[in-house]
Amino acid sequence: MEPSHTAHPAPGTAAAGREPLVVVKNVNKHYGDLHVLKNISTTINRGEVVVVIGPSGSGKSTFCRALNRLETIDDGTILIDGKELPKEGRGLAKLRADVGMVFQSFNLFAHKTILENVTLGPIKVRKQSPADAKKRAMDLLQRVGVANQANKSPAQLSGGQQQRVAIARALAMDPKVILLDEPTSALDPEMINEVLDVMVQLAHDGMTMVVVTHEMGFARKAADRVLFMADGEILEDSTPAEFFDNPKSERAKDFLSKILTH
Amino acid sequence: MNVIFDNIDTFLRGFGGTLTLLGLTTLFALPFGLLLAAMRVSPVASLRATSTVYVEVLRNTPLLLVFTFFSVIITYISGALPFQVAAVLALTIYTAPFFAEAIRSGINGVPVGQAEAARSIGMTFGQTLGLVILPQAVRSVVPPLINVIIALTKNTSVAGAFFIFELFNVGREVANANGNAVVAVFLGVAFFYLIITVPLGQLADHIERRVAVRR
Ligand SMILES: Nc1ncnc2c1ncn2[C@@H]1O[C@H](COP(=O)(O)OP(=O)(O)O)[C@@H](O)[C@H]1O
Ligand SMILES: [Mg+2]
Repeated sequence: MEPSHTAHPAPGTAAAGREPLVVVKNVNKHYGDLHVLKNISTTINRGEVVVVIGPSGSGKSTFCRALNRLETIDDGTILIDGKELPKEGRGLAKLRADVGMVFQSFNLFAHKTILENVTLGPIKVRKQSPADAKKRAMDLLQRVGVANQANKSPAQLSGGQQQRVAIARALAMDPKVILLDEPTSALDPEMINEVLDVMVQLAHDGMTMVVVTHEMGFARKAADRVLFMADGEILEDSTPAEFFDNPKSERAKDFLSKILTH
Repeated sequence: MNVIFDNIDTFLRGFGGTLTLLGLTTLFALPFGLLLAAMRVSPVASLRATSTVYVEVLRNTPLLLVFTFFSVIITYISGALPFQVAAVLALTIYTAPFFAEAIRSGINGVPVGQAEAARSIGMTFGQTLGLVILPQAVRSVVPPLINVIIALTKNTSVAGAFFIFELFNVGREVANANGNAVVAVFLGVAFFYLIITVPLGQLADHIERRVAVRR
């Protein structure tokens, strides 16, 4: 599982010459008087792994959640695979099925078994047969290393196991892109790596990913790009090596000095 | 006490009338309440507003007024609404908001991340509610629902004022015919109500304790 330390793919190459999958244009959002997203624009190409990093409260979660419209935006456009996010209803649900999401607090369905957590979407949303859905779910649970827990309830699993199940649940929908919002922040330190390993594997398999994380190891190992956010703006958009070794803005330098001392 | 045993058939028929009102009203008001609760948490603003206004207006209107409206005014207009139907209609319309509030508080008790996870795998609003939220809300919702049914049991007595054959009306009739035994008659009436409400209350307490333990 543990990959070599060669970056995947060579930084910059993934973005180059590929088709855009997520296009964000001039997006603004306010919470009351607070301007949380300030004219955000960026493009994420198919197969690209983008790490979003920045101080707490800078709008990373809001940005991430806006990408599948768990948060509404005031103005601007967000295109997923060429289609604008519908406002509400079935169109939005359909589009969300193509955008996986992994939450900091896992959010596994508490009343379902691990296996049911992974099959529910494929059966009810994708209309797969229960047998097909189960077969695929077991493959995915195998892949994230929790197949032997399939019949347990979420509360019986450790945080690291739950988060890997959450990743399997997202993958079961065959999403075009997966959003992960601080997927390891709620985990005990000894469980962080088991989740990061799965994420690195996913990145190497070519999944398009937007990952809000402060895990520099993951960013260096798996990311094509790092977006540095502060106060609702994207201040830097660069390769991991560029960003961590040679940050341009004072905000980024300051931020990095803080996370490095921890 | 003889007055009760002498009139036991009448009492039992009145008791039956009360149970019928209770059963029919619950049958209609529960789904209606669920609909109101679903509207209240739906993403469509106009549905939310409609539900909110309806629930707040009805919850804050005296039942007697609702009854008068249906039994008198509608009967007057259409001329053809039987009292039984009017009573069930009035009780349903009045009780549904209370069911709705009980269900809504249960829905609000389910962590918001559950709904977000459901929506993020592409579930529609109905699927999110039906497959993820309500199954988790149900255990905490049952005790308050039972409490609404207990209140409804007592509220069915208002129907007696509108010529409907139920317990309270029976009590009045029997009491009128037995002026010397009014207290006994109404103790008998109370007994029949308690037969329904006390076990329901026990059940609600029991479930509430079990839910509390599992938390
Ligand atoms: N639902 C909300 N209502 C009001 N303010 C919010 C809400 N969610 C987030 N915020 C505020 O928006 C800002 C950005 O939040 P967030 O996107 O969660 O930041 P990050 O994920 O970078 O820590 C913060 O100041 C936060 O307090
Ligand atoms: Mg956040």
